[in-house]
Amino acid sequence: MKKIAVIGFSQLPSVRCESNKVDVEMVGPVLVELFEQVGIERSEVGFTVSGSTDYLSGIPFSFAHALDAAAPWPPTPESHVEMDGAWAFYEAWVKLQLGETDIALIYSFGKSSTPDDLVDVLTHQMDPYTIAPLGVDSISLAALQAQALLDEGNYTERDFAEVALRNRRRAKSNPYAQVKGDFDVNEALESPYIASPLRKHDCPPISDGAAAMLIASEDVAKNVCERPAWIQALDHRIDVHQPGFRNLTKSPSVTMATEVTGVHRDKIDVAELYAPFSHQELIVREAMGLDEDTLVCPSGGALAAHPIMSAGLIRVGEVANRIWNGSVDRGVAHATSGSCLQQNLVTVLEGT
Amino acid sequence: MATLCGVVGIGQTKHDTARKDVSIPGLVREAALRALQDADMTFQDVDAVVLGKAPDMFEGVMMPELFLADALGSAGKPILRVHTAGSVGGSTALVAASLVQAGIHQKVLTVAFEKQSESEAMWALSPRIPFQPPMLAGAGGYFAPLIRAYIARTDAPDEVGIQVAVKDRNNALKNPFAHLQVPIHFDAVKASPMLWDPVRYLETCPSSDGACAMVFASESVADKVSDNVAWVHAGQMRSEPTLFAGRDQVLPRAGSDCARALYQEAGIENPRKEIDVAELYVPFSWFEPMWLENLHFAEPGGGWKMTQEGATALDGDMPINCSGGVLSTNPIGASGMIRFAEAAMQVRGQAGEHQVEGARRAMGHAYGGGSQYFSMWIVGSEKP
Repeated sequence: MKKIAVIGFSQLPSVRCESNKVDVEMVGPVLVELFEQVGIERSEVGFTVSGSTDYLSGIPFSFAHALDAAAPWPPTPESHVEMDGAWAFYEAWVKLQLGETDIALIYSFGKSSTPDDLVDVLTHQMDPYTIAPLGVDSISLAALQAQALLDEGNYTERDFAEVALRNRRRAKSNPYAQVKGDFDVNEALESPYIASPLRKHDCPPISDGAAAMLIASEDVAKNVCERPAWIQALDHRIDVHQPGFRNLTKSPSVTMATEVTGVHRDKIDVAELYAPFSHQELIVREAMGLDEDTLVCPSGGALAAHPIMSAGLIRVGEVANRIWNGSVDRGVAHATSGSCLQQNLVTVLEGT
Repeated sequence: MATLCGVVGIGQTKHDTARKDVSIPGLVREAALRALQDADMTFQDVDAVVLGKAPDMFEGVMMPELFLADALGSAGKPILRVHTAGSVGGSTALVAASLVQAGIHQKVLTVAFEKQSESEAMWALSPRIPFQPPMLAGAGGYFAPLIRAYIARTDAPDEVGIQVAVKDRNNALKNPFAHLQVPIHFDAVKASPMLWDPVRYLETCPSSDGACAMVFASESVADKVSDNVAWVHAGQMRSEPTLFAGRDQVLPRAGSDCARALYQEAGIENPRKEIDVAELYVPFSWFEPMWLENLHFAEPGGGWKMTQEGATALDGDMPINCSGGVLSTNPIGASGMIRFAEAAMQVRGQAGEHQVEGARRAMGHAYGGGSQYFSMWIVGSEKP
């Protein structure tokens, strides 16, 4: 595999509702900031790929309108995945592996505030014949998973709350996070359930957001970046969709991607995990085999900001940020998609 | 490019207005299993799956790759979902091929589908876009003005569009998978109702349920498993902005640039001479002459003459859409992949009654959005 590095990353602060902006107006500023940060011209980009979903915009081909923000003139090699930007990052990495071009631009966006009821919209991700008609929504499915985890006896609702507390406390130093601050775990455990055993603090906020990233081949990366975040390995896997067909407390796809990417070949300083619900962080940590020596989600993770379609790409960017500033040498970023952690991506970034 | 990529399996469904006999998983499996059978493989042999389709609203399932993972035997494997508007079937194939070319996987299954009977595509394609007047009624409403501009520029006679429709629909009679298999003639097309002037009912693509699949293999695997491989000689994608006053939507620069890059990659100097057969994405009859010019088979203004002279017929010197094309079969998300797959079928000599004899090099083309997304490939019977 060719050596490829993350050389630039920008994101919008996640907010509950970007009421004055359409998709293209959210993507525009992150791209301006990105190119200023890296100091290259847009014309130097050889491949562009974005990640988004029409179901958040409520119109077909929403990515076609957002494309204008990338100013693709003269026409440019470009692609789009109807997936989180982390998978666009994967496609860009594959493209650079071909060696035809040296710099790839990735961006993602999503306005979860557009639908009246986001949870209702996410129900449309489920099998339309056997699950969606039951009306089971994304929070209820996560709650079933959380209950299964409790039933195994290794964790309690207090453990869930402590995951949420740690993330929202860490988010205080993250200017892009949306829900941050301390709370009292004992008081929080007195609060009502949203879907038993999940309470409000166990659930992600509803966020609007966008993110963008540049990755480059070895020579370019060394030229423009003092300490590039080298993509040491990258893999993604999916599990069975039907929730009844798998053990919801385990994530075989995370474990497989962890093995394929050689996460444990060396010490992991930091792990940015995309776990929208507090109990899911526990599942991913376990599936990835992380121990206490790894700093998990210093950004506050998806419990502090959850811009759907960008939250995975942001995990990669957060790890890259820490490599650039020299605070870590080796980190792992994780992204998820679908209900109950069905699909997962793992990438290892290194400073040397 | 690190590794050669070859097409070792191709499958498509019988396309129809409403495939009520199958669910969405049933539809994609029909194509995938045929492609795997052609490649003499099973789902277990596949390293990764790349799925493509047009807007999720067509079936009302958000990111359907998640639930289709089960039907496509993807559990434990990587699955990617591509969406680049109407060009998606082509882009999906190119993304899948790049996984092989980059040396990441050895055997990749790619599938594209649309089950349009699950919704009303006409209205799904009439979006209310912020800051734009809601003037569109389906894709025809968008593209008819471009066709009128083409006719105004080139003085093309009215009959050219009708000729394309007659040719493609009659080609479809030779393709057992085609959706519309009704013989039509010049007068019937001319008498059919005008939908979006100058596009008549019989000059328009149908709404179809259908899927298409291909199995790609690296050179070493392809050499082992198949003695009939369509080798990928070149693949290119280009996009241009949606709102930009400098665009020529009749002959889009993205299409022109994409074709030039494609020919350069494949070492082609004169496409009309060096390409034996092409499958172009022609959803409305007039797009055949328009694409002939955009893709450099003809000079500007010369496309309609090629059509009129019969050059694009099955027995012409530059056969276009021998399968019947999008005019006969249009499961939108799969339509681009069907173009790519039909090109591969031609160089593998497996196109049956619509085979162009001795085809050694073929082109597949797809476009989407407001004539702004393009994906194309060249495949050949011999290694590049």
